Amino acid sequence: MFSRGLKRKCADHEEDVEGALAGLRTVPYSLQRQSLLDMSLVKLQLCHMLVEPNLCRSVLIANTVRQIQEEMTQDGTWHAAVPQGTGRAPLDRLVSTEILCRAVREQEGVHPDPNLGDHEQGLLSDLCPAPLAQVPRSPQSSIWVDGPQESRGSFQKSLDQIFETLETRSPGCMEELFSDVDSPYYDLDTVLTGMMGGAKPGPCDVLEGLAPAIPPAGSSCKSDLGELEHVVEILVET
Amino acid sequence: MEEDIDTRKINNSFLRDHSYATEADIISTVEFNHTGELLATGDKGGRVVIFQREQESKNQVHRRGEYNVYSTFQSHEPEFDYLKSLEIEEKINKIRWLPQQNAAYFLLSTNDKTVKLWKVSERDKRPEGYNLKDEEGRLRDPATITTLRVPVLRPMDLMVEATPRRVFANAHTYHINSISVNSDYETYMSADDLRINLWNFEITNQSFNIVDIKPANMEELTEVITAAEFHPHHCNTFVYSSSKGTIRLCDMRASALCDRHTKFFEEPEDPSNRSFFSEIISSISDVKFSHSGRYIMTRDYLTVKVWDLNMENRPIETYQVHDYLRSKLCSLYENDCIFDKFECVWNGSDSVIMTGSYNNFFRMFDRNTKRDVTLEASRENSKPRAILKPRKVCVGGKRRKDEISVDSLDFSKKILHTAWHPSENIIAVAATNNLYIFQDKVN
Repeated sequence: MFSRGLKRKCADHEEDVEGALAGLRTVPYSLQRQSLLDMSLVKLQLCHMLVEPNLCRSVLIANTVRQIQEEMTQDGTWHAAVPQGTGRAPLDRLVSTEILCRAVREQEGVHPDPNLGDHEQGLLSDLCPAPLAQVPRSPQSSIWVDGPQESRGSFQKSLDQIFETLETRSPGCMEELFSDVDSPYYDLDTVLTGMMGGAKPGPCDVLEGLAPAIPPAGSSCKSDLGELEHVVEILVET
Repeated sequence: MEEDIDTRKINNSFLRDHSYATEADIISTVEFNHTGELLATGDKGGRVVIFQREQESKNQVHRRGEYNVYSTFQSHEPEFDYLKSLEIEEKINKIRWLPQQNAAYFLLSTNDKTVKLWKVSERDKRPEGYNLKDEEGRLRDPATITTLRVPVLRPMDLMVEATPRRVFANAHTYHINSISVNSDYETYMSADDLRINLWNFEITNQSFNIVDIKPANMEELTEVITAAEFHPHHCNTFVYSSSKGTIRLCDMRASALCDRHTKFFEEPEDPSNRSFFSEIISSISDVKFSHSGRYIMTRDYLTVKVWDLNMENRPIETYQVHDYLRSKLCSLYENDCIFDKFECVWNGSDSVIMTGSYNNFFRMFDRNTKRDVTLEASRENSKPRAILKPRKVCVGGKRRKDEISVDSLDFSKKILHTAWHPSENIIAVAATNNLYIFQDKVN
């Protein structure tokens, strides 16, 4: 499926087309799948920040994630896909996303996704209310079976939150999302912040301003928001 | 069909100018009334614009029945739900006309949450000569009234008034995607992502829930309702489509809550086309009964299918709308186009079907001859009253003159909403903020 749809835009640049296609053939299926998973998770995460997301779209994306997860569980790559620890997330995953979606970006030039504006607004409006309520975590469901105990738990939690918040919305959901230091989302974020910011010792700095209970005050909130906005921008552009 | 369509003329178009277009001007629904005399559009700004067909005149043959603006009114306003801290958009999701029963016209319009019944009526006379008030409507001093007179009706300029007659609110937790008037003309239904409600036109504070697919635990939610419609003749029968590409036909005589379907239409998946996007592209964006009531048509992302009500295991016809996008699904997923909701319509005799695509293209399929055509609704490439040329998208290989390559299609110009006159070959096509009306060539 993937290998067919990735022609470059300009038919005049024959070599480029060849190059891109050749590059694609070298991208293993598992990487393509992984990048689709990443893309879906980012989409879900952004849905999750909207007050009332398009339910049909959210459900279809969530089903895609379930499907990939099922397949990865079957061929035993699920545990590998969910990275351990915090700092080292596989950069090649991002590279593959870049290859997969090059065609789109070229068509659209440098314009960010038109939906980005909405998402960002949703994100920021979610961030701004000061009292960050604690949302009771849902009990772990049983749809996620194999894989190492620890990473499975955290990933499962994040997905559960997303599915759960298809229904319930709360201004505290941001805090929920980012509170799991070892979740795979977080790894994606870490990689991206690492890429843009250079030396970042821990995964928490960028999002520290979002810590629960203490409402972020004036200026620090602003800078954190700016940085976070930047992260989201990068996330969506990739 | 192709010749037919080749010779279609642009008869009337260009509602609003491009340069003044705003988000609020984007047309979100188009619907002819039952005679075809009126055409209603709804937009993202909550407005409804009704066009009326001009009477044919003998000395101007080429101006055969153009549509002109008849009435414009603000149907829905943006609202705020304080309990849920939620903005409710004013965007008109659907318009449905009621059959005309007297001089006035009635239509239903809906946004995400609230359905309204509007009465559109004409007034060309006004009463004059009241006893207790003067011509400006001010009360007269009773002491000055010395004689009694009989008020009379005097002719005046035609005025079209739209008045809200009923507001059906507070019955939907999710976004309303469909409304459908029942053939008993006393009831209608409204469908959101998870539930379908049945209303009586006279009762606004109560509705009956006839379908509810909301799981007790929302984490188990894997399917939503995408569209629903009543059977055109049997008032007990309706269908609804789902995001999993299936259609359920329900009989309201079976039970009050139709949680068990009577028929279930589903096509087995083709394993050779299987991909991660299979479910997304099979999600049904629109479902329409044929005028005869014998068939249903469904639109999914890449195809239109016609189903016989008597055969549930596969459609009797499948038409490819833009199969060249099959290789681009990853990109279309990334930019969210894959979630676009294209609608589809039948012509008056159920022999041709029409649906939209990208790049301001729309497609027609002749069910008898199996011929199809791609046409374009654009000001740049066609002039008013010009004949539409068929367009072709080239897939791989050499691009011929007049062909457009898949890679240069504009995915921001999409035709989601179209309408077909109930008895004539007149179609209305909404392209972003422009409404195009095409008709068969005169002579």
